[in-house]
Amino acid sequence: MELLLILLIGVLYATGIYLILRRSMVKLLLGIMLLGNGTNMLIFLLGNITKGKPPIISDGLKVFQDIYADPIPQALILTAIVISFGLTSFAIVLLKRVYALINTDDLDNLNTPEDEDI
Amino acid sequence: MLFTVLLGLITSSLIVPFGRFVKTKWGIILAFIPLLLFLYYLQYIPLISWDKSYVQHIDWIPSLGVNFDLRLDGLSLLFSLLITGIGTCIFFYAKSYLKNDPYIDRFFGYLCLFMSAMLGLVLSDNIFLLFTFWELTSISSFFLIGFNNDHAVSRKSALTALSVTGLGGFFLLAGLVLMGNIAQTYSISELAEKAQLIQDHELFPYILGLVILGAMTKSAQFPFHFWLPGAMKAPTPVSAYLHSATMVKAGIYLLARFFPILGSNPAWTYSLMIIGGITMLYGAFHSLFRTDMKGVLAYSTISALGILVFLLGIGTEDAIIAVAVFIVVHALYKATLFLITGIIDHATHTRDLSVLQGLRKVLLPVAIAGFLAALSSAGVPLTLGFIGKDLIYEATLHSEQHVAIYLTVAAVITNILLVSAGFMAGIKPFMGTLPEKFEKINMPAKSLWIPPLILALLGVLFGCFPHIIGDWIAQPTVNSIMKVKTDFHLQIWHGFNLVLLLSALTIILGTILYFINKPNPRKLQWIERLNFIAPLTIFQKAYQRIYNFSTSYSNYFHNGYLRSYLLKIIIFAEVLLAYQLYLGGPLHINWDLLSAISVYEVVTVLIVFGAVALTLSTASRLTAVVATSVIGYGICLLFVFYSAPDLAMTQFTIDTLTVVLFVLVLFKLPPFLNLAKKRILIRDVVVAIVFGMILSMVAIRVLHVPTHIAISEFYGKNAYLLAKGRNVVNVLLVDFRGFDTMFEIIVLSIAALGVYSLLKLRLKSSEKE
Repeated sequence: MELLLILLIGVLYATGIYLILRRSMVKLLLGIMLLGNGTNMLIFLLGNITKGKPPIISDGLKVFQDIYADPIPQALILTAIVISFGLTSFAIVLLKRVYALINTDDLDNLNTPEDEDI
Repeated sequence: MLFTVLLGLITSSLIVPFGRFVKTKWGIILAFIPLLLFLYYLQYIPLISWDKSYVQHIDWIPSLGVNFDLRLDGLSLLFSLLITGIGTCIFFYAKSYLKNDPYIDRFFGYLCLFMSAMLGLVLSDNIFLLFTFWELTSISSFFLIGFNNDHAVSRKSALTALSVTGLGGFFLLAGLVLMGNIAQTYSISELAEKAQLIQDHELFPYILGLVILGAMTKSAQFPFHFWLPGAMKAPTPVSAYLHSATMVKAGIYLLARFFPILGSNPAWTYSLMIIGGITMLYGAFHSLFRTDMKGVLAYSTISALGILVFLLGIGTEDAIIAVAVFIVVHALYKATLFLITGIIDHATHTRDLSVLQGLRKVLLPVAIAGFLAALSSAGVPLTLGFIGKDLIYEATLHSEQHVAIYLTVAAVITNILLVSAGFMAGIKPFMGTLPEKFEKINMPAKSLWIPPLILALLGVLFGCFPHIIGDWIAQPTVNSIMKVKTDFHLQIWHGFNLVLLLSALTIILGTILYFINKPNPRKLQWIERLNFIAPLTIFQKAYQRIYNFSTSYSNYFHNGYLRSYLLKIIIFAEVLLAYQLYLGGPLHINWDLLSAISVYEVVTVLIVFGAVALTLSTASRLTAVVATSVIGYGICLLFVFYSAPDLAMTQFTIDTLTVVLFVLVLFKLPPFLNLAKKRILIRDVVVAIVFGMILSMVAIRVLHVPTHIAISEFYGKNAYLLAKGRNVVNVLLVDFRGFDTMFEIIVLSIAALGVYSLLKLRLKSSEKE
């Protein structure tokens, strides 16, 4: 199963990279989201994936009796997901603003006239 | 001694708040600062003897060997007297010269700073202190040269001077540090005691080269001389100060100061003789073709500096005596000539020698000063210049047998040319008939013509009584350079000998040359044709090349297109990661450790792949957004399969919210345009696939690295016992790492505020343009 996840990580990264290299701001944003997902999967994979053993102590027990999934990567990913939502939502609204001003989502049209002289 | 260095620094900082005071007539008080210092240093003349020097030791950064050590010996005293003495004349003169300048306060600020830096330089006994003041002279002279900062030429000259002398400063620093490391001391007087150790070290040639390069740039030696004629764009008092007594003499001071440490060996002798020899001939030759008075003076200054370096190279006792005397000779006559140039420029508004003549009828005292200075520069008997020239010939004739004849010939030719240059600047403007347009000229203010006259008269006074200079100034100087007691007395008359014959020959040929060589703009044009091989041109071309290179470099990396930045960063990261993977050896997969695969997972991953394909291929933004969210839900499912219920819930919520936000904001947008060319598309696809593959390989490599589960075990064990929670991930976030989560909430709140204010923001119609 790990190999399948590794393939998934590769595909997510490749797609993300391809999308952020495009001129459209929407694609840039989608690319960033995919890169985030790829990174989350990579961190998830590092913690020795375990099936069906969530890190939750059963009722009545005080410590684990059985093996359980590593909680640390999960905590890290949870933080990452939430923070990336902050970034994405802000970027989406910014995109809307830019679109309202210049009527395009083409990154090349964001350059100021002075910069175009270079 | 410390106060003499600090006085100028304090004054220049006081001028910032009290600048208006300088603009009134009371500003003349500033001129008493150098006068006071001059008188202070005069009292040391009888006190300094060959083995006695005055030391002031102040700890600065003792742990690094950087101390504020000042030492006054004969050599320092000579320079201190010149800096403050000539400085006094310059200060008085400048107050009148720049009377109507709105920035005269600024000017005096720079001038005080510069004077302090020069004094600090010649008094320093620590190499780092010396270097600090060395750089300070470069920086303050930059402001002085570029004082007329509304002229582009002026700014450019200042920048050239700063870059050349600053470059030399780096060389010097490297040389000084090497020297200090070898001798294990940063004190100059202690270095002198370890001269043999330094000279025997294998790095000695580099040290010598670096120190000489530093001195060459500062003292305008060929091929670094070109900043000096450019520096003539400065107001005339600055030129007079910088080029007669101070700035350019700093290099000479440096060589004299390090003579006991680096001198007296063939490498020193020959390199300095060659550099100085070329410079003195080159400068003297070029001075013939100039029509601008300041141009003539600039090139004759270069030539005079060449003579000094040349003499330091010869390094015999005769030569060092000649150095000590010639420094004084040159400072006196060159300052005078510069100052009268300033007066003429003020009165006639031109410095063109082909136009100026007959001015003696309207500017008599100025003419007397110019005349005397020209005679001193020509070395006519009864002037100090005569003594100086005798000593130079004495030194070349008594140098090593097989080179003496060449050295003497070079010195005689240089001096013949310099006689002509001196006459050109000091006599030519005053001779002949007065043109009508100059008849209305009035005598300038006393403070303008008295300083040059005093300096010129001093030249004659010392010429008639040379023992004043010889016993009081030159002898301690020579003693401190040679580090032995010497006993000599300067005389006006040496009897009939070869030196006298050479002197006479020099004056006669020089005078003839002066009458033949009339200043003419056409000759200037002729010499300018050779500009393409001049060091200045080469420097400018090199500068242009470097400039073009850095422009195209930054244009390539900083072209204003986000994707181009990203592409470069990604490719760089790929190369680094690939190299690291390559170092790690071949990849291998341990099939036994892999977990089993089930249908659900395969189907989920396939759905994700489908969604990825849809995201890439669709032309509709909405479809792309929805497809991306499908990818998110797929990952959410994987979290469910692999025991991460919290992650699954978060991912689900966040993904849903993102899609809602996207759709709300973007549903009006037009479809994607296919803007990229095919070639670019292929390039991006290749870069992206390579990156994906590299990351997959990294993941495979990481897969078999055992994880340290001690931390996880700690949390697992203590989640309930310490924190009373059963969901370990939650306990971790809100309890064990509670502060992290709190800050995360703050970050999210800030993002939320940003989103809210952007949504509420209403632009005025004018801002929409």
